[in-house]
Amino acid sequence: MHRSSEVKHVASYLNTRGCECFGQPCESHCPVLTDRTIHVQLKTFIKIRVKPDRTGVVTDGVKHSMNPFCEIAVEEAIKLKEKKLVKEVVAVSCGPQQVQETIRTALAMGADRGIHVEVSGKDYETLGPLQVSKIFAALAKKEQADLIILGKQAIDDDCNQTGQMIAALLDWPQGTFASEMTLEADKMKVVREVDGGLETIKIKLPAVVTADLRLNTPRYATLPNIMKAKKKKIANVKPADLGVDVCSRLEVLKVDEPPQRQAGVKVETVDDLVGKLKEAGRV
Amino acid sequence: MSRNDLYLIIVQQVLRAGFQAGRRFQSTGPQASARAAALREAHGGFSFELTDQQKEFQEVARKFAREEIVPAAPSYDRSGEYPFPLIKRAWELGLINGHIPEDCGGMGLGIFDACLITEELAFGCTGVQTAIEANSLGQMPVIIAGNDAQKKKYLGRMAEEPLMCAYCVTEPGAGSDVAGIKTRAVKKGDEYVVNGQKMWITNGGKANWYFLLACTDPDPKCPASKAFTGFVVEADTPGVQPGRKELNMGQRCSDTRGITFEDVRIPKENVLIGEGAGFKIAMGAFDKTRPPVAAGATGLAQRALEEATKYALERKTFGKFIAEHQAVSFLLAEMAMKVELARMAYQRAAWEVDQGRRNTYYASIAKAFAGDIANQCATDAVQIFGGNGFNSEYPVEKLMRDAKIYQIYEGTAQIQRLIISREHLGKFKQ
Repeated sequence: MHRSSEVKHVASYLNTRGCECFGQPCESHCPVLTDRTIHVQLKTFIKIRVKPDRTGVVTDGVKHSMNPFCEIAVEEAIKLKEKKLVKEVVAVSCGPQQVQETIRTALAMGADRGIHVEVSGKDYETLGPLQVSKIFAALAKKEQADLIILGKQAIDDDCNQTGQMIAALLDWPQGTFASEMTLEADKMKVVREVDGGLETIKIKLPAVVTADLRLNTPRYATLPNIMKAKKKKIANVKPADLGVDVCSRLEVLKVDEPPQRQAGVKVETVDDLVGKLKEAGRV
Repeated sequence: MSRNDLYLIIVQQVLRAGFQAGRRFQSTGPQASARAAALREAHGGFSFELTDQQKEFQEVARKFAREEIVPAAPSYDRSGEYPFPLIKRAWELGLINGHIPEDCGGMGLGIFDACLITEELAFGCTGVQTAIEANSLGQMPVIIAGNDAQKKKYLGRMAEEPLMCAYCVTEPGAGSDVAGIKTRAVKKGDEYVVNGQKMWITNGGKANWYFLLACTDPDPKCPASKAFTGFVVEADTPGVQPGRKELNMGQRCSDTRGITFEDVRIPKENVLIGEGAGFKIAMGAFDKTRPPVAAGATGLAQRALEEATKYALERKTFGKFIAEHQAVSFLLAEMAMKVELARMAYQRAAWEVDQGRRNTYYASIAKAFAGDIANQCATDAVQIFGGNGFNSEYPVEKLMRDAKIYQIYEGTAQIQRLIISREHLGKFKQ
């Protein structure tokens, strides 16, 4: 159909940008900033091709960019700062040298300063939600953060664990899958998107909130802000400095592509359909 | 469609087609960067690497073009309506007026950075990009030849609000032959009185002010380099009469008009440099504006290439995707060759002028080449789409209509060849 091919062109632009699940829920953990001081952790996004040795996916030479849910988290943090409800927004990312680009994007959107927790090589390949949440818990204590906002999940591993683990480690309340957050005195009202609909909760600060798709629409970094962001500071920290052991307790056994989708069969009538289902033993 | 299916399609496409559609990937491995840095030291500076800031600028422009311009372009093309919302948005993001000096409220970007942004915007829609580019063209004479007061007044206001400006040189009777313009400016006391007709002025009906070139010495013995004067004219000056919006083949949303000047009075403070300096200013502006025009043509060609590639990987004939037939893949290969070379050409031209050198030779080569290949790539894209390409529901017929003007404005393809041959022979004779 003519119309759908036009839509397909727009959709595939988004796809070739690398986000196959744009517009659909996906797991990610991109911690966000803590209130008064807000921390954002930015997980990188990878375009999927399975490595020939099936130990993982190809990451060499692939452009990394901020996880979409993290963008939403950063946007929310900056909105809080613009409303003068928080004093400082700090963007945090764990990973190798390249994550500095992603932190710069957060700075260009309006974050005040960045923290780069350096994890590279083998450690980075096995870095998972448990290690990240430990790093974050340590940082939150060090920076005396009041609010941590993360994306609800990273779209590369779909874990949806980091936010919850950070809250558990710090023994802080959590508001996950937030589609709305409002600061009321020292409590955060969070409207959560749950399977049954929307749930509204009030949590006392300090707290952890994870951002869902409909929380806001992230702004573009403007060119003048990109230039200003160069002057903002990104501090360098190692996990050991925070007393965190990044050794993973998980071992990936193998990674496979999803199974080939078999061609479907078109049927003319409902009777044909029932007949075919019976043949296949489904009915 | 489930995410798994999307993964699969992408994996299949990558494995089958053997190349990546869409984004141009850059290697980001740390060992690769260290090796590259060492090589750069050894070679003494020649580099195709963009700075981090340039990459970020390019990202913003790319995202804006693909998410906001691409979806809106077909309806603007059909209606011919001026895309002011898009221009306003681009202005808010800082994508326009980048080369306005910092002390006038701009970012003082070089031509290279401006070209990177222009290519990305042109990918979205060259009509929108031309409307934006006309701002640069109008501002350039003021940037290169304006005194402080003129710069602060006319460039400053562009940085404060999303205003447009225009470059008024071409006339109904004189296009390539700039020295043949007849618009007359006569000095009367502290003012100049201008009478004449201008034509094909981009942003003619939307500009807040114009750069105007008029003849101040009609004596046939007076050489062209002394006979013309450059003025800045406020658009609301009495006597300035924009004509109707012209209906063109392509870039339809761009506002192109004739403008009549009837006893228009311009204060002498609005003369750039001085009486008789106009020709040189008008020509000097081109060295800085031709690379971005070449970049725009390259953006269009890139769009043609991407649309054609995507289609070729979806459409099947004789049992295979058409991209697997050599006739089509060879067409795509030639389009790719042309796009890459045009890009390198405009980048060289922009880099030369940013280094402070005279870049006329490179700028003309870039503009001539990019204009020609934009037309070739657009035509080839329509060919690859086949019958669908001829139809207005598919995006490529618009590209073909939009591309033609790149061989005409900002110096025709023939004028560019004149300039290149003159420069080339001049170098040879030394």
